[in-house]
Amino acid sequence: MFDFSVVTTWIDEGLRSIMPAAGAIAIECVLIGVLLLAVYAVFALVLILAERKVCAAFQCRLGPNRVGPWGSIQTVADMVKIITKEIISIRHVDSFLHNLAPFLVIIASLLAFSCIPFAKGLHILDFNVGILFMIAASSIGIVGILLAGWSSNNKFSLIGAMRSGAQMISYELSIGLSIMTIVVLSGTMQISELAEGQNELWFIFKGHIPACIAFVVYLIAGTAETNRGPFDLPEAESELTAGYHTEYSGMHFGFYYVAEFVNMFIVAAIATTVFLGGWMPLHIPGLDSFNHAMNYIPSLFWFLGKSIVMVFVIMWFKWTFPRLRIDQLIRLEWKYLLPLNLVNLILMVLIVALGWHF
Amino acid sequence: MSNLLLLLVVVLTAVALVCAGWGFGVWLSPRSYNPLKEETYECGVPTRGRSWMQFRAGYYLFALLFLMFDVEAVFLFPWAVIANEMGTAALYTVLFFLVVLTLGLAYAWKKGALEWK
Repeated sequence: MFDFSVVTTWIDEGLRSIMPAAGAIAIECVLIGVLLLAVYAVFALVLILAERKVCAAFQCRLGPNRVGPWGSIQTVADMVKIITKEIISIRHVDSFLHNLAPFLVIIASLLAFSCIPFAKGLHILDFNVGILFMIAASSIGIVGILLAGWSSNNKFSLIGAMRSGAQMISYELSIGLSIMTIVVLSGTMQISELAEGQNELWFIFKGHIPACIAFVVYLIAGTAETNRGPFDLPEAESELTAGYHTEYSGMHFGFYYVAEFVNMFIVAAIATTVFLGGWMPLHIPGLDSFNHAMNYIPSLFWFLGKSIVMVFVIMWFKWTFPRLRIDQLIRLEWKYLLPLNLVNLILMVLIVALGWHF
Repeated sequence: MSNLLLLLVVVLTAVALVCAGWGFGVWLSPRSYNPLKEETYECGVPTRGRSWMQFRAGYYLFALLFLMFDVEAVFLFPWAVIANEMGTAALYTVLFFLVVLTLGLAYAWKKGALEWK
């Protein structure tokens, strides 16, 4: 497997050899920031296009097909359009909170995004409490959404934000507990070690029954966490116009839009990292030649391939299931997923203690 | 480089992204003044009253329940990392902890706090 830390070490040493250490660190910081922004923007553009194409395919339409070959630069044109649209200032809003909310949403999204291990050695943040940090960072976004709804002084926004808050905090429990199930199995919270630990077998196979239950629970909760799919009632357009971002216009709205799509990728990436082996190739114990052949596929392709499949599954949810009502949503989480998760956690502890995993 | 420095870099990048997007939006976009445009969005009629008002207490109840279980998750994560090495003594302690929490959930369930009325 190619280790990307070779590249970063080479750049680091090259810079240190021509300038003092402080200068080298400053240049690296700028480099990381620029790269992060570029990757973030590219992911947002590609995901928005993918969503529109997938949605069109599900509804037997063509989707965007005029701008560029197969409509491939449609979202770039959209982004230019949204930047040149007026940011309307509404008279009755609490303008400080109204302007602060997009910052919180983007900070949360970018913090979680920078934890994703795209390939071996290719990640920005790698704490020893990595996965817990990722959950914690992404939950800052709830504050942004609640602020957006409250500060807008609009009844649609308020209802949308309150629904969103109730939904996201409820489903956050399921995300935490289902990931905790895997942490029991892996014995580490560091994201790079989580990926390394799946060298023999991916955790979803290693932990068999409880891991599969945790995976399904995580997918449901993750879809709810991004306010998408059958759980998009915070912005149910038929009843709330646009939910919490009704009063946002121009690029201010664009931030919510971008963050929503990148958050979908983040959920898919966590599912990939924690359950489906991250950037590890598919290894089957005993089949050495097969494992060896799989190692020739670069880790970046493994990670992106698995994440794209997960993103497709989340889009599939959205265009297949009808929207839930709020009482159904609350019941699903508190009466089904949460007790199931607690039982599942104990089951996983027993399986690990008795050594019944593969 | 240390993780905390990188954390700072990422947060500053996020702030820079929003500032840049906002700045370009204000700089490039046309502006026009119209008193109706500044009104709160509603379905074609003026909004009645303010929107900073009381709303249903049901949300508050779920926030409390969430707090209980989220703090529990924070307590359980350090145990989950070393669950295998700590052996049965820690397992019984955690199971007792979980039973107490489950009793709390059962109480909330019985009281009807989990119903959306």
